[in-house]
Amino acid sequence: MRKSVLAVSVALVVAAVTGKALADPPFDPKDPKMAPYIAGDKRSGYTFAEPETRAMQDDDFTNPGFLWVEEGKKLWSKAEGAAGKACKDCHGDAEKSMKGVGAVYPRFDPHVNSVLILEQKINQCRTERMKADEWKWDSKPLNAMTTFVKHQSRGMPLAVQADGPAAPYFEMGRRLYLQRRGLNDVACKHCHEDYWGQHLRTELLSQGMPNGFPQYRLKWQTLGTAQKRIRGCNEEVRAEPYPWGSIENVALELYATWRANGLKVESPAVRK
Amino acid sequence: MPTPRVKIPAQAAKGEVFEVKTTIDHDMESGQRKDSAGKPIPRKIINKFVCTYNGKEVFKSDWAAAISANPYLSFFLTATESGSIELKWHDDDGQVYSASHAITVA
Repeated sequence: MRKSVLAVSVALVVAAVTGKALADPPFDPKDPKMAPYIAGDKRSGYTFAEPETRAMQDDDFTNPGFLWVEEGKKLWSKAEGAAGKACKDCHGDAEKSMKGVGAVYPRFDPHVNSVLILEQKINQCRTERMKADEWKWDSKPLNAMTTFVKHQSRGMPLAVQADGPAAPYFEMGRRLYLQRRGLNDVACKHCHEDYWGQHLRTELLSQGMPNGFPQYRLKWQTLGTAQKRIRGCNEEVRAEPYPWGSIENVALELYATWRANGLKVESPAVRK
Repeated sequence: MPTPRVKIPAQAAKGEVFEVKTTIDHDMESGQRKDSAGKPIPRKIINKFVCTYNGKEVFKSDWAAAISANPYLSFFLTATESGSIELKWHDDDGQVYSASHAITVA
């Protein structure tokens, strides 16, 4: 009798577990629709997203990220600053000149002898070439221009360089990625390398591939960059986030983007 | 100034039912949030959307505080005659954002 009760309860537990698994977004690695979002063992966040969220991203019209792409397109030819120049005056047609740029950032910049993320490179152009003011972190114009530039590389595989002059930054990024932090005492790698595909409460953990940034996040109700997401992750593990554009946050973005090398740029992606 | 994005077919057969897709970048500030100093952020949402087809109102919708930011709206119209489709978003502060689209009905 006791045995059968045990059997029933085991069956219930199994049912509960499979029931939970059924609630996950469907993902079939052999589905040809998923092929653009997989590279070897790497899976884009798209494959972890709900079908409704994927549908929003699939149609450029329903993808709210394109509001930022269009804003960036306008800013591209708008002259600002003392030099009276627009991005267009030096770089010409963004569809040609910016193609592939988004796929190689964060990148070592010999002029400042440091690794720069795309936002910092845009602001460098603004202050040095256009003699204009820097755009503030997470401001609409900076996010719009970053999205517009990165979007020109959509569909191209990420190819971030981790060796050569970028090596010390890459090593720093790796160290921070593996370092436990905050009240929860976890590292990036615990969620995104060791336990991806499993649940953190109701959240399905992804591999943490940043190939879709800047991305429209439904939770944010707006578009945000990888910098914002890394800061958000830090808050979630109850750690003090690294400042915007700080060497730590840039190194982390470099390492995280290197992990996604081979996955195609999706900017602007849509996520939960 | 929010910029609307609109997708309407340029041509349609008479009697054909076509889809109007719209989206607009707007924060839709609900009035429920507080800023970093603890002061409430005043409500600022688009409270009304109106679509007119050659001056005649064909679609109207009242929006409330729970509508998401950057609202997406799609609806269907019947092609009756060539002309213009006017879309207007009415903001709480009195501003009106508009878009216009020409359609040829054969």
